Amino acid sequence: MNDNISTITVMGGRNKIGEEEPIRRLEIKGGDIIALVGPTGSGKSMLLSDIEQEAESDTPSRRRVFISGNNGSKEGIIAQLSQTMNFIIDMTVGDFLKMHASSRGIEETAVVSEVINLANSLAGEPINMLDNITTLSGGQSRSLMIADVALISNSPIVLIDEIESGGINKLKALEMLSLKGKIIIIASHDPLIILIADRRVVMKDGGMCRILETDEKEKELLRDLTALDNRISALRDTLRSGNAARVCV
Amino acid sequence: MKFVTVAGPPSSGKTAVLIHTIRHLLEDGQKVTVGKIDCLETDDGDRYRKLGIPVIVGLSEDLCPDHYYVSNLEEILALAKANNASITIVETAGLCHRCAPAVAGCLSIAVIDNMSGIDTPKKIGPVLSTADVVVITKGDIVSQAEREVFREKTGLINPEAEILEVNGLTGKGSIRLKNIIAGASNVDTLANKDLRSSLPACICSYCTGETRIGNSFQLGHVVKMESI
Repeated sequence: MNDNISTITVMGGRNKIGEEEPIRRLEIKGGDIIALVGPTGSGKSMLLSDIEQEAESDTPSRRRVFISGNNGSKEGIIAQLSQTMNFIIDMTVGDFLKMHASSRGIEETAVVSEVINLANSLAGEPINMLDNITTLSGGQSRSLMIADVALISNSPIVLIDEIESGGINKLKALEMLSLKGKIIIIASHDPLIILIADRRVVMKDGGMCRILETDEKEKELLRDLTALDNRISALRDTLRSGNAARVCV
Repeated sequence: MKFVTVAGPPSSGKTAVLIHTIRHLLEDGQKVTVGKIDCLETDDGDRYRKLGIPVIVGLSEDLCPDHYYVSNLEEILALAKANNASITIVETAGLCHRCAPAVAGCLSIAVIDNMSGIDTPKKIGPVLSTADVVVITKGDIVSQAEREVFREKTGLINPEAEILEVNGLTGKGSIRLKNIIAGASNVDTLANKDLRSSLPACICSYCTGETRIGNSFQLGHVVKMESI
């Protein structure tokens, strides 16, 4: 139902000091992964918020955002993930996922185990369908949120603000999310995530300052970084399963 | 004059949302007067005054705040008129979190928050079911999944309402709310207008100051639980 989103266009506005922001137009197509980079306070969250609200020169940045390709209804086209989000509901994982699926018009219960399996492939500690959702660890919650957004929310646009929880297979998480032509826009300080993105928007003083494509050299670097990240993950698993760390794998 | 009522459970973010929204209204050149109804004590009057607008705070004290609210709506409107306001906003929590009745023909906004749990929409009754606009707050701290379920449950209780997500801390979403308020229809007087729901009846000895427990002290409209 939401698979027909094609593009997001952001028309540049002004930065925090009131100057015209250098980037006047940002086009994002289905399947794109875009990173927003820049120091804290540089305007990453504000850009995400402008996109979420489909700003019409009516936010402090005066940007205009157009989302094309959908058939009128804006409801449910944008899903969000952030470090500040928690599960607060007193229910088991299975019951909650069933309830969420049903609110999205999905009645087949197979999706519940698909979400749990996907979440478990992203993080180390397995989640059980009968676990109470509020008792999950940080990593488990994060991976369940990602799997849920990938399979149940099924929104064509996913906005992610600073989700860099240790112990989650980031590459795989982003791959899962960007399936089916979703647009992923992710504010991040993590070099691995920034380089997984096809392009990155450099933010400065609240404005979009430059757009850089991830080049071949960086893609090579990404392979090294991924290998390094895998080694850190393996080491983490070794340590938390009670073994002594002898060799850096 | 636009007359807008804003209701919702305590701590749902009514004042925070309104402060962002009123700031946008003032930027557009609107003149806003606020009436704040509370029970015992509130600092919200000062929060509104910092916007430089006229505010009247009414504390219902020993009375039901919803009855008090209805009895003072015209007085709040008169104050707003005296201040040449273009918009009057009345904010109230109500006491039992369900009445705070909306006025027919005047824009009614309910504010509820994601943290209050997904059964809240069906618990709070007319505040939600008769509202024109439902503002949902605190969406930045619960999972996307819970936001979606909460929104769906809200829509089931009030399918007609426009549902807006607003962040009371950052003000995200408040411009949409400002546009809705600016587009509300005008009213001259509240006299003879109807409430959209009636208030719960409660006339018993405890309403008049009785403090003792026991059947012999319970006079008037007393209802007992069945099958005990």
